[in-house]
Amino acid sequence: MSTTTEKAAVRQDPPPRATASAGRKSRKQSMGVQNAAGWLFSTPFLVLFTVFMAFPILATLVMSFTDFGLRNVTRPWEADFIGFENYVKLFGDEKFLKSLFNTGYFVVVGVPLTIAIGLVTAVLLNNGIDRARTFFRVGFYAPVVTTIVAVAVVWRFVLDPSDGLIAGLFSEVGWTAPDFLGSETLAMPSLIVMAVWRNVGTVMVLFIAGLQAVPTEVREAAKLDGASVWQEFRGITVPLLRPTVLYATVITTIGYLNVFEEPFVMTQGGPSDSTLTVSLNMYREGFNFFHMGYASAMAYVLFVVIMGITVLQLRLLKDNTK
Amino acid sequence: MSANSSHAPAARTPAPKRRSASRPLVYILLSLGLLVMSAPFLWMGLSAFKTQSELSASPPVWIPTEWTLTNFRQLLDKLDLPLYFMNSVIVAVLVTVSNLVFCSMLGYALAKLNFVGRNKLFGLVLGALMVPGNLMLLPLFVLMSKLRLIDSYAGLVLPFAAGAFGVFLMRQFMQSIPDELLEAARMDGASEWYIFWRIVMPLVKPALATLSIFTFLGSWNNFVWPLIATNDPDKYTLPVALATFATDPNKAGGSNGMLMAGAFLVVLPVLVLFIALQRHFTQGIATAGLK
Repeated sequence: MSTTTEKAAVRQDPPPRATASAGRKSRKQSMGVQNAAGWLFSTPFLVLFTVFMAFPILATLVMSFTDFGLRNVTRPWEADFIGFENYVKLFGDEKFLKSLFNTGYFVVVGVPLTIAIGLVTAVLLNNGIDRARTFFRVGFYAPVVTTIVAVAVVWRFVLDPSDGLIAGLFSEVGWTAPDFLGSETLAMPSLIVMAVWRNVGTVMVLFIAGLQAVPTEVREAAKLDGASVWQEFRGITVPLLRPTVLYATVITTIGYLNVFEEPFVMTQGGPSDSTLTVSLNMYREGFNFFHMGYASAMAYVLFVVIMGITVLQLRLLKDNTK
Repeated sequence: MSANSSHAPAARTPAPKRRSASRPLVYILLSLGLLVMSAPFLWMGLSAFKTQSELSASPPVWIPTEWTLTNFRQLLDKLDLPLYFMNSVIVAVLVTVSNLVFCSMLGYALAKLNFVGRNKLFGLVLGALMVPGNLMLLPLFVLMSKLRLIDSYAGLVLPFAAGAFGVFLMRQFMQSIPDELLEAARMDGASEWYIFWRIVMPLVKPALATLSIFTFLGSWNNFVWPLIATNDPDKYTLPVALATFATDPNKAGGSNGMLMAGAFLVVLPVLVLFIALQRHFTQGIATAGLK
């Protein structure tokens, strides 16, 4: 969203204005000082960035073409290059394909739900509620800031078939609750419900900001022309919210493609790998079994998928606005 | 929304009045939503104070008849929460302070200093915003093992000591500072460091507050890296300790009461912090657009 405007802002920035009294020499001097200062101010970030981000990103790529294993943690240079073997193996690995499918399932169901509920909540909050707005906003946003591990522990209990919250509600009306997290078909939907619960607040806040940017004059004009509330929503609010929808969809999708904590704490990937996500699979291969070359290949496949989907979403949704 | 569509659009009526018909419905829907959103928190808060028999009662006991601290006592016997709490605090404070300093420095350079390569550097920051953390975990672990920083605070802090998000945020805010102000200081012979530290930093205090909150919470809630970078239980952060406890059947012994007490103690400080500072959160998201 802000990327393009930011880049434009950089280009439009005029060079520092030298005051009338400053001659050519001092302007040149100032440029020299700013050049030096600019790089000195950038150094701490650049050093940390190079060592802890740029280097690891490249190293993951290199590792993905090797048989990097446990012994290589102490002697990395002894890992052997095996070309594309890891990548070839990945696409014959049923477990990996299943984790890819599970992650896709999580995204395909979870993202539209999160966006839709976030949008509805934001529209409701933006309609005639003034004094209570902060109260509701805080309530809906609270799950976003809480520690996901603690929240996952709570949800495990909420969904507990014998004495959880849902089981309690079921028994009040005389039903028996299913074993949500123990069922191959229900475990993933349960994790999705929890993820939607946790992320709706972020999307809602983005949409509230987007809605408040819709000029009131435009709405007033529509009303004077006799537009119904629904027409106003379809004709004015939705088109103007498109950039926000695009942005919210992209960040939610990226977040969900990386899903890790929920299955790690709530189901450990089970039952029968039905909630094994790519991130969890990568963690296990890398840090439980120390198949680090193989896990690196997984990380890069996930990265390429994320980049591909992001680019696709940007294209699709941008074309729609035209 | 559609509740209003039957309402004839009266051309001259001011907007708030026209909408008032749907207001009760909006309140009902929002209240129901809020109940669903807060149910897990309420369940956690109530269950933490239930006795074992009430926890497993059927039909369920919603509100404990006699509030007990047994769950908390048992938990603290089994899990050294004060230690993990301190570990989390130390790591989060170090990460926050270093982000405030380093991100502001680069933010200042990108916003206010004209130097060769500035645009490329900014492109790098934007690119770094988009890279998923998973891509770095494996070599980071190898690197930290080689540096012997596994199970150390340095190992927990260094990978997060300066984030692209902070740079982006600080640059945004610093751009709004008028160039004339800085030029005047330069004419008076102030050094760039003096201008940055004494003039710019005090002017961007609201941004520093927002960045502190987001960085502190991000570190507090971080899980994957501390899970990988600690083997020694004495160096666990709060989420790692809780997850280890919760996923090991021998430790928690299936005691939901103890787990709810643990979740309660981990979530409560964050919730209180959030409610006290909620304005900064929503503003931060609206301006920077990030979690």
